[in-house]
Amino acid sequence: MTNSWTDIKNTDLVVIMGGNAAEAHPCGFKWVTEAKANRGAKLIVVDPRFTRSASVADFYAPIRQGTDIAFLLGVMNYCIQNDKVQWDYVKAFTNATYIVKDGFEYKDGLFTGYIEAKRDYDKSTWEYVIGDDGYAVVDDTLTNPRCVWNLLKAHVSVYVPELVERICGTPKDKFLKVAEMISEMSSPTKTMTSMYALGWTQHSKGSQNIRSMAMLQLILGNIGVRGGGMNALRGHSNIQGLTDVGLMSNLLPGYMTLPTEKEVDFDAYMSTRGFKPLRPNQMSYWQNYKKFFVSFLKSMWGAAATPENHFAYDWLPKLDVPGYDVLRAFELMNQGKMTGYVCQGFNPLLAVPNRKKLTDSLSKLKFLVTMDPLDTETSRFWENHGDFNDVETAQIQTEVIQLPSTCFAEDEGSLTNSGRWLQWHWPGGTPPGEAKTDVWIMAQIYSRLKELYRREGGAFPDPIVNLNWSYADPGDPTAEELAKEMNGRTSATLYDPTDPSKVVVEAGKLLPSFAALRDDGSTSSGCWIYSGCFNENGNNMARRDTSDPDETGAYLKWAFAWPVNRRILYNRASADLNGKAWDPSRKLIEWDGQKWAGYDVPDIAPTAKPSEVGPFIMNAEGVSRLFARGMLRDGPFPAHYEPFESPLANIVAPNVRGNPVARVFKGDFAQFAEPASEEFPYAATSYRLTEHFHYWTKHVWVNAVLQPEFFVEISEELAKEKGITKGGWVRVWSKRGSVRAKAVVTKRIKPLICDGKPVHVVGIPLHWGFMGAAKKGFGPNSLTPFVGDANIETPEFKAFLVNIEPIAGPVA
Amino acid sequence: MFPPVPNPTTRPEPARFGEQDLIRRSASNVTPPAQRQTEVAKLIDVSKCIGCKACQSACIEWNDTHPPVGENVGVYDNPHDLTPDMFTLMRFTEWENPETNNLEWLIRKDGCMHCEDPGCLKACPAPGAIVQYSNGIVDFIHENCIGCGYCVKGCPFNIPRISPVTHVAYKCTLCSDRVAVGQGPACAKACPTQAIVFGTKEEMKQHAEGRITDLKSRGFDNAGLYDPQGVGGTHVMYVLHHADKPEIYAGLPNNPRISPLVDAWKGVTRYAGFAVMGVAAIAGLMHYLVSGPNRVSNDDEEQAEKLVGEERPR
Repeated sequence: MTNSWTDIKNTDLVVIMGGNAAEAHPCGFKWVTEAKANRGAKLIVVDPRFTRSASVADFYAPIRQGTDIAFLLGVMNYCIQNDKVQWDYVKAFTNATYIVKDGFEYKDGLFTGYIEAKRDYDKSTWEYVIGDDGYAVVDDTLTNPRCVWNLLKAHVSVYVPELVERICGTPKDKFLKVAEMISEMSSPTKTMTSMYALGWTQHSKGSQNIRSMAMLQLILGNIGVRGGGMNALRGHSNIQGLTDVGLMSNLLPGYMTLPTEKEVDFDAYMSTRGFKPLRPNQMSYWQNYKKFFVSFLKSMWGAAATPENHFAYDWLPKLDVPGYDVLRAFELMNQGKMTGYVCQGFNPLLAVPNRKKLTDSLSKLKFLVTMDPLDTETSRFWENHGDFNDVETAQIQTEVIQLPSTCFAEDEGSLTNSGRWLQWHWPGGTPPGEAKTDVWIMAQIYSRLKELYRREGGAFPDPIVNLNWSYADPGDPTAEELAKEMNGRTSATLYDPTDPSKVVVEAGKLLPSFAALRDDGSTSSGCWIYSGCFNENGNNMARRDTSDPDETGAYLKWAFAWPVNRRILYNRASADLNGKAWDPSRKLIEWDGQKWAGYDVPDIAPTAKPSEVGPFIMNAEGVSRLFARGMLRDGPFPAHYEPFESPLANIVAPNVRGNPVARVFKGDFAQFAEPASEEFPYAATSYRLTEHFHYWTKHVWVNAVLQPEFFVEISEELAKEKGITKGGWVRVWSKRGSVRAKAVVTKRIKPLICDGKPVHVVGIPLHWGFMGAAKKGFGPNSLTPFVGDANIETPEFKAFLVNIEPIAGPVA
Repeated sequence: MFPPVPNPTTRPEPARFGEQDLIRRSASNVTPPAQRQTEVAKLIDVSKCIGCKACQSACIEWNDTHPPVGENVGVYDNPHDLTPDMFTLMRFTEWENPETNNLEWLIRKDGCMHCEDPGCLKACPAPGAIVQYSNGIVDFIHENCIGCGYCVKGCPFNIPRISPVTHVAYKCTLCSDRVAVGQGPACAKACPTQAIVFGTKEEMKQHAEGRITDLKSRGFDNAGLYDPQGVGGTHVMYVLHHADKPEIYAGLPNNPRISPLVDAWKGVTRYAGFAVMGVAAIAGLMHYLVSGPNRVSNDDEEQAEKLVGEERPR
């Protein structure tokens, strides 16, 4: 989230699209209820199904899954055509005025530089024109036809309401109503918040779904303001923390990136991470990358990381591929190239697409280690459960080791919520049986590995034997010790660079914040963005003060928000070029002539003059990007692409199938249904239900009572066509697998008319498996295709093709 | 935000109401207290409800019931009806508004309404099995219940359920045990959107007024409070977007009232009734000693139907 859960109460319009907040985030949804009840805020829901969120919405519009970009570009076009743009914001705070290189264009569904054989682009033209002064060239008048604004205007101009209706199946009048309600938020005194989740990420163009809304929010001037923002609702209580500390195969903590094998030394790595400002006076905060990076290496290898060995840069793994995401991991297993798998707090047998491929892959492993508080399906993949898990146990040679771990309520530590708040928690219960914390398990494995390397040497023992492991009990580091390590500390006294007689931080102290980090090895920090969470003031994550001056929803003394306890990112954008709040009733920070101050920690240097320094300090431009340059693989602007399995061909670009740069492994393409397939005519989607949390709560009796059995949802029209009855049994199958389920026949799903033909939606919730208290069932991943987002490989769980038929029930 | 009830202290507290606060007791007389306690109420704002079932889950946990894991019969309502183990239930209705042609998904938390004039209590022949406190809470005292099922027939909302195992009637207690120590009901505590709030009846009516104003501003011209006067008002009230048509919310009765036969029985025939009951009680005790707990046969059901003689919703 750019903002926080509590800030949602400040909004005028909530748009839930690509998510179902009332259903999947019922506790956070209370802030929507507050905004509605106390501010008269309106709620719009756009979804293929009339969801629980829709049940309390002011306006609902249906949409075909996988067509959000067409819808949102349509709204952008509406705003531009009707002059519903917050012009002062757009001109000052976005790259609308920047001139783009000649040669860049978009034609027939593709941007300049497409290389079909590589399913990739040569992105060299996706850049600004750089002037003789070394800065990007801008045109403040927006008259240059090559400025971002004019390119954007042309790019979205085709997405007229009629085309939106043809692609999305959203009736034109409903689309126009949504567009009109959203466009009103272009007023400087109106804000809209976007709440989204997996409904946007789980597509082969998930990143661009989100970008489309981010761009719309910029055009409306809604980023950095109270009640605005792009608010990703995270699905696990600590999934925000997972990405923050870099638990992705290509990331390091704090959104730094793992080196690639081409970056053979420290200097090569740093050479592409200089982040020189693209406009005068801009902060371009990533210029401090080296401080963050060196401090990270110091936290990893302590005294063994020295200037002489480039702080042990060589001990970091180097990527030979863009990333070892979960799809690649299973592909490698399936090819027999990955033979061991440690699965910590993860149930891939239900969470990764194409169940059959997963079972085949796990069966080829030499060993599988699972660490989980629950008896997961993955840990029992080898067990025969009739047609719910129809395997031949005797044929599977994988050795499975189950390590029971504690759950969140049984250990101490912090969880980072969607609003970037690090909230400390204490154990509420004693772990059962032999369950141990994940930290204990990892520490025990580490100490044994280290001993093996110490005794036997091996090919490359250095990173293991030199790892900084200075905990009171090396076999069981405490949550406090780990938190302090992430916060960081000094190993030498830090002096003020401008006044060397002045001591900033004494040696051996916890760092006050990442502003104190140095690139000379005198500081360490395990995750720079978390610095400040546990400093000499104590454990700031454990703060529980609910005071909130003037009820702005900031709650600055409750827990700790990264970065530096800031609650709304880009908050300098809440004020105009003179530093005055766009909306005086929603003041956040203002310029008092000398400095920035207000209700939140300013997201700008406190003395940076409002007319000089832009609010988007992490960007080299100092402004936000309507044109993303070469930063996304699939284009500087979003464009409509159909899902890989779609009930109709791409109307905008008939020759383009799916996202043209999404990675598809050999063999998987053959397992996709053809566009407009007769064999698989129905558009399926998968989703969560409020009664359950992923695959966990089916192990809980009460939740199992409230939603006991796997079902699929279809319209009354499709039910009639296929002879399916309410509560009757159906079989649903795709090109990859088959499931059987109860049928919920509902008015909440209606056939959509897309390009003149009806598209039936089949809804498939995902909470059932063959373990736990609930009735045994299937997951949608038995059916879904093995393909992910072009940028981050999140699997396309939200749009695929199936067929359905009524069947006789199982024999009791 | 409606101010939530603060968490309790960890010290034991004396109950804030009890025997001395009874204003009604089934099949018996009570001396009403000199001063009535402030009437409490739970307000269920259907327009804020997202149907998450946290209330059902909290109800199961607090009352420590153990409903069976059922099956899907093509709807979201689980269990499929109120049961002796499920005192509250989200009832889902898909309603197409003929005026707007828009679908509305009406989700109503069903359960005991805690009527000011409780039909269950009036119909109950077992002395002290059903009581009403001066704060308005209608509670079942299970040790006094004979499992006859008359309360089910006497209830205009079809709420109590007889356990086939314990042969005793169960329903929502408005968490009388929690309210007695200054807490609100478990469902209200668990509700994430404050669709369920708890306080004095006056506070709840005021809060409802604000909600109704908001709903009217959103085009729900018939938004209103459901506090049916046919049963003297209730201590569980609803805010409805369509208060003119309560029946669209899974059959919420438009004008609930106690069957005239229950009143007649409790009125003119009361003393005769007492005499019969005295005999019945002795006979019942003898029956219990000889044959074990009572069972309601189909014949009993029919008799009871004749007694109250009215069609029941759902």
